[in-house]
Amino acid sequence: MPPSIISETVKNQAVKLNAASDVVMIRQAVRALAVEIGMNLVDQTKIITAASELARNAVIHGGGGDATLEIVRDAANRLGLRLSFEDRGPGIADIQRAMTDGYTTGTGLGLGLGGARRLSSEFHIQSAPEQGTKVTILKWKG
Amino acid sequence: MPSKLASLIEQHESELLDEWLEHQKRALGSAAQRISDGQMRTASQRLLGALRMTLQAHGPEAAAKDPALLQVLDAVSHERVAQGFSPSETAVFVFSLKEALYDRLQKEFGNDAAAFSKETWDVTRLLDNMGLYTFETYQKSRDDIIRRQQQELLELSTPVMELWDGILALPLIGTLDSGRTQIVMQNLLDAVVAKNADLAIIDITGVPTVDTLVAQHLLKTVSAARLMGTDCIISGIRPQIAQTIIHLGVELQGVVTKASLSGAFAYALEHRKMSIVKNSGIAT
Ligand SMILES: Nc1ncnc2c1ncn2[C@@H]1O[C@H](COP(=O)(O)OP(=O)(O)OP(=O)(O)O)[C@@H](O)[C@H]1O
Ligand SMILES: [Mg+2]
Repeated sequence: MPPSIISETVKNQAVKLNAASDVVMIRQAVRALAVEIGMNLVDQTKIITAASELARNAVIHGGGGDATLEIVRDAANRLGLRLSFEDRGPGIADIQRAMTDGYTTGTGLGLGLGGARRLSSEFHIQSAPEQGTKVTILKWKG
Repeated sequence: MPSKLASLIEQHESELLDEWLEHQKRALGSAAQRISDGQMRTASQRLLGALRMTLQAHGPEAAAKDPALLQVLDAVSHERVAQGFSPSETAVFVFSLKEALYDRLQKEFGNDAAAFSKETWDVTRLLDNMGLYTFETYQKSRDDIIRRQQQELLELSTPVMELWDGILALPLIGTLDSGRTQIVMQNLLDAVVAKNADLAIIDITGVPTVDTLVAQHLLKTVSAARLMGTDCIISGIRPQIAQTIIHLGVELQGVVTKASLSGAFAYALEHRKMSIVKNSGIAT
């Protein structure tokens, strides 16, 4: 699926990701934006959960980073949330393997990346060893 | 060279103390009511004494690093946090001494410009460092209090209740981070033993987000209970949570899940081959 054409960023918010408590902040911030554009409860819960996974990955595996939360609009006037999580950590050598359900180098379930992809409308990951990691997800309303 | 500042303090210690107290009261305004005059005087006297001794022993350069002096500042910060003073009100304690010392220096060295500017500079630098230190300690004390309160809140908010003979309920509210899971698990296992329970209902109606970490913690809790011979039911799985869990790919294998606490309770009773029947109306 080609990435959607976004015609406008309606709102843009930056959040620092340094500690586990910032993951809680991210969830609250994403919830507020989802409510603002009138997303239904199921989609709200999905995007909040995906954000929680990616924010925690940036904190735990990436050693901290930055999140950008945006309300976006496409040419057809559809609203959505675009969230990106960027860190300058060790990066991921084998992205495909990292995306595999159950694969973890830590103590987790290894479901965060795959889960975040399934919970979003669009998912994009960019990472290389020593180059950090950037994951961007998008979810349209309705 | 003996510190001029030290001898100045020594010669005028009691006047300085009174002047400093005046400055403090003026700067604090109505906030001064939070402590008694006696408390304020004792703290001030202690600091002034410590400052004099430090200056005599180490001179103005090294004074701000003297452990004996810092100890007094620590004590004051802790006290002010506990008394509900704000950070700037706490800093006033130190900075107002600067004003009192300026007045004194003016009187002593007012006609010796070189000496006056040198001593003023020393006082400024020393008291600025002491003020900063007090401010940092205040912040640390407050962080400690917040951490302790969080800890207390954790324990408060994870009660285990006995719904029925041997059936426990654990309503979870908020986020289930690692620290919280530890406490939840401990409380549950303690209650399992105390009540000789064979069924526990973990209700997550009050948990807004179930991500992989929360799921993992829930599974851990269930496994620990199971090892002690207690089966768990997870209730409060709202439709949006159910869908999210499926997309995440989390498998709650072998765990009975229910949408509501009442559904879980009905299931538990059924499991026990018990049922609740409507009284037919005969007075007992
Ligand atoms: N931001 C990142 N920087 C470096 N490595 C990462 C990053 N995000 C993920 N990874 C790697 O990919 C693996 C899989 O990530 P995923 O989120 O799927 O699982 P997990 O974080 O290990 O466990 P969980 O199920 O709790 O999320 C991680 O174990 C880690 O090795
Ligand atoms: Mg993860």
